[in-house]
Amino acid sequence: MSTAREVIPAVGLALSIAAGAAFAEGPNSGKPIDPADIAAWDITIEPDGAGLPPGAGTPVQGARLYAEQCAQCHGPDGKGGVTGVNAAPLVGSEPITDISAAIKRIANFWPYATTLFDYIRRAMPWQQPMTLANNDVYALTAYILAQNKLIGENDTMNAQTLPRVRMPNRDGFIVRFPEAM
Amino acid sequence: MSISSYRRHRTKSSPVEAVAGNGLLHRRALLRRGVILAGAISTAPLGSRTGAAAEPPTDAPLTEAPWSREPGSIIQPYQLPSRFEKNVVRTVSNPTGQPSPSGARTPHHLVNGTITPNGLHFVVVYGGVPDIDPDKHRLLIHGLVKRPLVFTLEALVRYPMVTRVTFLECGGNSAPLFSPQPLQANVQALHGLASCAEWTGVKLSTLLEETGTDPKAKWFIAEGADAPHLTRSVPLKKGLDDAMIALYQNGERLMPANGYPMRLLLPGYEGNMNVKYLRRIKLVEEPAMSFWESKVYTQILPNHKAYQFYLLQEVKSFITQPSPGMTLREPGPYEISGIAYSGAGRISKVMVSADGGRSWADAALQEPVLSKAFTRFRMPWRWDGGAAVLQSRAWDETGNVQPTRAEFVAQRGELKAVPPVAAVLNQHCNAITSWAVDSAGEVKHVYS
Repeated sequence: MSTAREVIPAVGLALSIAAGAAFAEGPNSGKPIDPADIAAWDITIEPDGAGLPPGAGTPVQGARLYAEQCAQCHGPDGKGGVTGVNAAPLVGSEPITDISAAIKRIANFWPYATTLFDYIRRAMPWQQPMTLANNDVYALTAYILAQNKLIGENDTMNAQTLPRVRMPNRDGFIVRFPEAM
Repeated sequence: MSISSYRRHRTKSSPVEAVAGNGLLHRRALLRRGVILAGAISTAPLGSRTGAAAEPPTDAPLTEAPWSREPGSIIQPYQLPSRFEKNVVRTVSNPTGQPSPSGARTPHHLVNGTITPNGLHFVVVYGGVPDIDPDKHRLLIHGLVKRPLVFTLEALVRYPMVTRVTFLECGGNSAPLFSPQPLQANVQALHGLASCAEWTGVKLSTLLEETGTDPKAKWFIAEGADAPHLTRSVPLKKGLDDAMIALYQNGERLMPANGYPMRLLLPGYEGNMNVKYLRRIKLVEEPAMSFWESKVYTQILPNHKAYQFYLLQEVKSFITQPSPGMTLREPGPYEISGIAYSGAGRISKVMVSADGGRSWADAALQEPVLSKAFTRFRMPWRWDGGAAVLQSRAWDETGNVQPTRAEFVAQRGELKAVPPVAAVLNQHCNAITSWAVDSAGEVKHVYS
C-alpha cells in the first residue's frame, strides 16, 4: 500500500479522461496478501486433485453423516423424492435416453469425482455451507461414490485416492467453442 | 396451420407499399404516426394492465380530471413506478424459498426500448440473495499471478472505470422451446431469463496489470460470496478482453440479486459465468470443473454426449409486441416489435415474417446498435383480420444467423415429453419463435 495515498490525483485523472483509457501507472490500491492467509478462501479443487486438503473418510463414516446432514432433503437412500424438496438424487445411474437434464446423475454424468468434494464443501448442507470438517467431506464423498458403486464399500477417500476415481462419463463431453479458449 | 388458410390482403389501395406477404409494410410506414398509433393502442394489455376500461374514452367530453384540480403527492426520495403499473413485475419461480435455485423473469411484453429497469432484471440464484455489507466485502486475486492482491470496494473505485451496455442471458433461457409441443405461455415465461443494462466498473485487465500474470495461466476461476460459493472457470483470454468487475447497474449500485456489491461481467457469455457477489479470482492452467460447469451448465445432445463450456449466448431474437396474452382488437395497422442480440457482436439484420417464414422483410433497427446488447427492431404490419404467423430472425456482424426451430431441433434434438413451462431441461436454444394470430386476434405460441 506504499503508493495508496497517491489516490487523489489518480481520481482526478480518471474523471478527466475518456472511458477505456489506460493509466501509465495504476492506483496500486490492492493490498498484497501473504499466501498463507489465502488458504481459508482457496477452496477450489481441481480435477488432478490440486487443492485437496489433508484428511480422509470412508463410506461407513459417511453413512452416519449422510443420515444426519443430507437425508432430509436427498432422501434416506440418496434417491431424492422428498416431498416439497427439489434436491437432486445422488444415487442412480439410469442410462441417458433423452436430452433432458433431469436424467443427469453423478454416476452417469459427472466427469470428475473431485467435483463432489469441491461442491459438498462449498455449498452443502444447504442451510449451513462451509461447516463440515474436511474429514466429513471426504467421508460423504466416499459414501456417495460407494452407494453409486464407483468405489468399494471399504475404500478410503483422501487427497491421493479421490482424483484417481475414474468417472464413467469422463469422455462424454464436447467443448462447444474451442477457439474461444 | 397451412399457408393457404391465410386471407390475402390487397395492398394496391394502401399508400404504403407491402414488402412481404400477409401485410408487412415498408418501414416508412413507421413514420406515419397516425396510422401506426391506431393499431398499437388497441392491443389488450394496455387496458388490462392499467385496470382501465377496455375501450379508451376517446368519445368522452374533455373535462378536468381530479388529478388536474389539486396538487399532487409529496416527492419520495427513491421513486417507484406508478401504482397503475403494479402488474409490470417479474415472475418468480420459488416464492416460498424452498432449498432449490430461484429465478425471476423479465416481462418483455410490458416494457419497451432496450434497457431493462433494475427492478425487472432477470435473476437466477443458487442459494438465496446474500445480504452483503459492502464495507466488509473483499475481492482476492491470486493463483498464477506475480503478486496476489486484495481489493476492498473503496480501493476498486479508485481505478479508471468503463461503462458499457450489455445483455445478460441465462444459459437456460428459452428452454421451453425444447418441448415437443409448443407450450402456451407468454414471452416472459419463454424468454424472460434475458435482460440488458448499462454496467459500469473496472476492467479485470486493469487489475491484472497490477497483480501481473504468469504465462502459464490460461483460465481463471471466479467465485462468489453467496452461500453456495458459486464458482465458474473462464478462459483468461476473455478476462483480458472485455471482462469487467461491475459495480453499477444502470447508474446505481448493483441490485442485491444481481450481485451487490460487485460481479463479474463477461459481455456475451452465459449468464451463470458472470459470477455475482464476486469475492475471488484465481488464475490457473486448467478449468476447475465445478458443479456448475460439469453438471448444471452442460447440454445433452441427441447422441447423448454433452456440450460443455458453451460460453457464448448465440444470436437470437423474438417478438415482444404482439405476443401471447395480447389480443388484436380489430384489423388495421400495427407495429411488430421485438429484441435481438448476439454474444458475438452487433446485430446486423433482423427480418420479420407474417406468413410463418414463407416471405420475409427487413425490420428497422433502432439506433444505437451496440455490440452484445439488446437491439430493438420494428416492422409495420397491416393485419387483415385473418390468420398470421409472426416470426423474427436475426443475423450478427460475424455472420451468425438465428436458426429456424426445425434447423435447431435437427442439431440439438427436442425433449421426449412436454415439460413444465418453468423447467429448464436443456439450454442454449436460440431458435426462431413463432406467434400465431387467429381471426379473433388472439396470439398463441406455435411451431411453424
